[in-house]
Amino acid sequence: MESRNVLLIFNQHIMYKPIIYRIAKDFNVIFNVLEAKILPKQEGRLILQLSGEKQDLDACITYLKDEEVVVDILADKIQRDEDRCVHCGACTAVCRTDALVINRETMMVEFHPDRCVACGLCKLACPVKAMSGISIDVDSEELAVKA
Amino acid sequence: MSDIVIKKSYEEINAKIKKGDAVVVTAEEMAGIVKSEGYKSAFKKVDVVTTGTFGTMCSSGAFINFGHTRPKIKASRVWLNDVEAYAGLAAVDIYIGATQVQEDDPLNKVHPGRFKYGGGHVIEDLITGKPVKLKAKSYGTDCYPLREYEATVTIHDLRDAFLYNPRNAYQNYNCAVNQSKKTIYTYMGILRPNMGNATYSSAGQLSPLLNDPYYWTIGVGTKIFLGGTVGAVTWRGTQHDPNAPRGDNGVVRSGAGTIAVTGDMKQMSAQFIKGASITGYGCSLMVGLGIPIPILNEDLAFFTGVSDDQIFCQVVDYGYDYPNAIGRVIAEVSYAQLKSGFIEIGGKRIPTAPLSSYPMAKKIATILKDWIKASQFTLGQPQILLPSVPYDKRHE
Repeated sequence: MESRNVLLIFNQHIMYKPIIYRIAKDFNVIFNVLEAKILPKQEGRLILQLSGEKQDLDACITYLKDEEVVVDILADKIQRDEDRCVHCGACTAVCRTDALVINRETMMVEFHPDRCVACGLCKLACPVKAMSGISIDVDSEELAVKA
Repeated sequence: MSDIVIKKSYEEINAKIKKGDAVVVTAEEMAGIVKSEGYKSAFKKVDVVTTGTFGTMCSSGAFINFGHTRPKIKASRVWLNDVEAYAGLAAVDIYIGATQVQEDDPLNKVHPGRFKYGGGHVIEDLITGKPVKLKAKSYGTDCYPLREYEATVTIHDLRDAFLYNPRNAYQNYNCAVNQSKKTIYTYMGILRPNMGNATYSSAGQLSPLLNDPYYWTIGVGTKIFLGGTVGAVTWRGTQHDPNAPRGDNGVVRSGAGTIAVTGDMKQMSAQFIKGASITGYGCSLMVGLGIPIPILNEDLAFFTGVSDDQIFCQVVDYGYDYPNAIGRVIAEVSYAQLKSGFIEIGGKRIPTAPLSSYPMAKKIATILKDWIKASQFTLGQPQILLPSVPYDKRHE
């Protein structure tokens, strides 16, 4: 079993097509909705955590792309500069998915990119600018803060 | 020295250090020794306990003398990388403060501001050896005729660069929560509404002044680890307050003691001095500082053996109370609870996050221990003691 966080963008012409339910039905992949934003008749944005066997996940992502869903793997979006990080822990105050989490034995901050949803809050919280990369959309930083 | 009983003298301990025979442990290790053997046995065994802390300390800055120009200038306004330094000193002496923000920074005009570059970053850049743009202005005098000066300098070009921090190493500190209904951006980090999270900023059992709660050994002249090199305590810090509430073990339950410290920036390492940008609040400096504590008597063995479960801090609301100077304490929690990742207040489970780095604090205490074990660092006796209160031995 492995897990991948993905951002799916459904453009106008596929917005009302039943696609998501097939993830479970045809590919045996478990999905967990982490965030969803639907702008009626314009666009749908969905952040899913997909878990399953590697070949099932690959097949599932290929299927989504075939259906013209824009698939963004979120694990690659945010990076940590290991030389700048001082392991203070400020980022763990805001990380919602435990992608940044403290190892209670060592008190070091561990970064698990596979759990990241690229909300960008860690970039705001880090005092030494160790976190960089692209947040999923400009609003999300502010939206996530208000949530 | 004050009237404390000295059973093992500085001279004895320093003689042992010079011979390489001193038993030196970190405050984290001392907590373990005292827990298993008791403080009386720990006193017999241990000579020095090392401490450390690494966190954001806003009351920090640097005195710089940039050397006389030709012709000479009596600088009245000075900028380093467009961050203004205070120049109301002698001709080419300035003080750059950690929280001074770069000119033209949008500040909090679009809230929360990012505060990308300030005095703390200038200090880090200088320590790293990076070139920094220096700009000076003057009104011109007969003896100092030059009115404008610009140069790109590195720390090697500066005649002197001393870190001088008027308030560092707060003995203890608040745990921050936000009881308001919106997210706030504070010097205690990003705080979620309705007590959605809690932040704290102390190394707890490793923190220097928590290990010498009555300031018997930490005073003016005490040799310390500062920014990767040897520095000194120069005075009590601003806002130093020995009268803070204390637990039965003598440990303060709120802010209390502080120290002013200094050290030569030319000898420092940027690993231990880092410019900080605190979203919505401003710029600052993260400072790495450590102090060795000589175990002169059994009480000091007891104090240095105090562990995170015996050190408490106060939970304060930063949504309304703190900005309005309302001294309400919501609860008291131990550092052991805070370090577990959750605290509980009124039945609500609140995730916690540290702002000061425990791994760095531990690293500093370990480096200091290695220096002393290698006979490279002896202990300095305080020449003037910090204001304190009598020790009433309530724990006995």
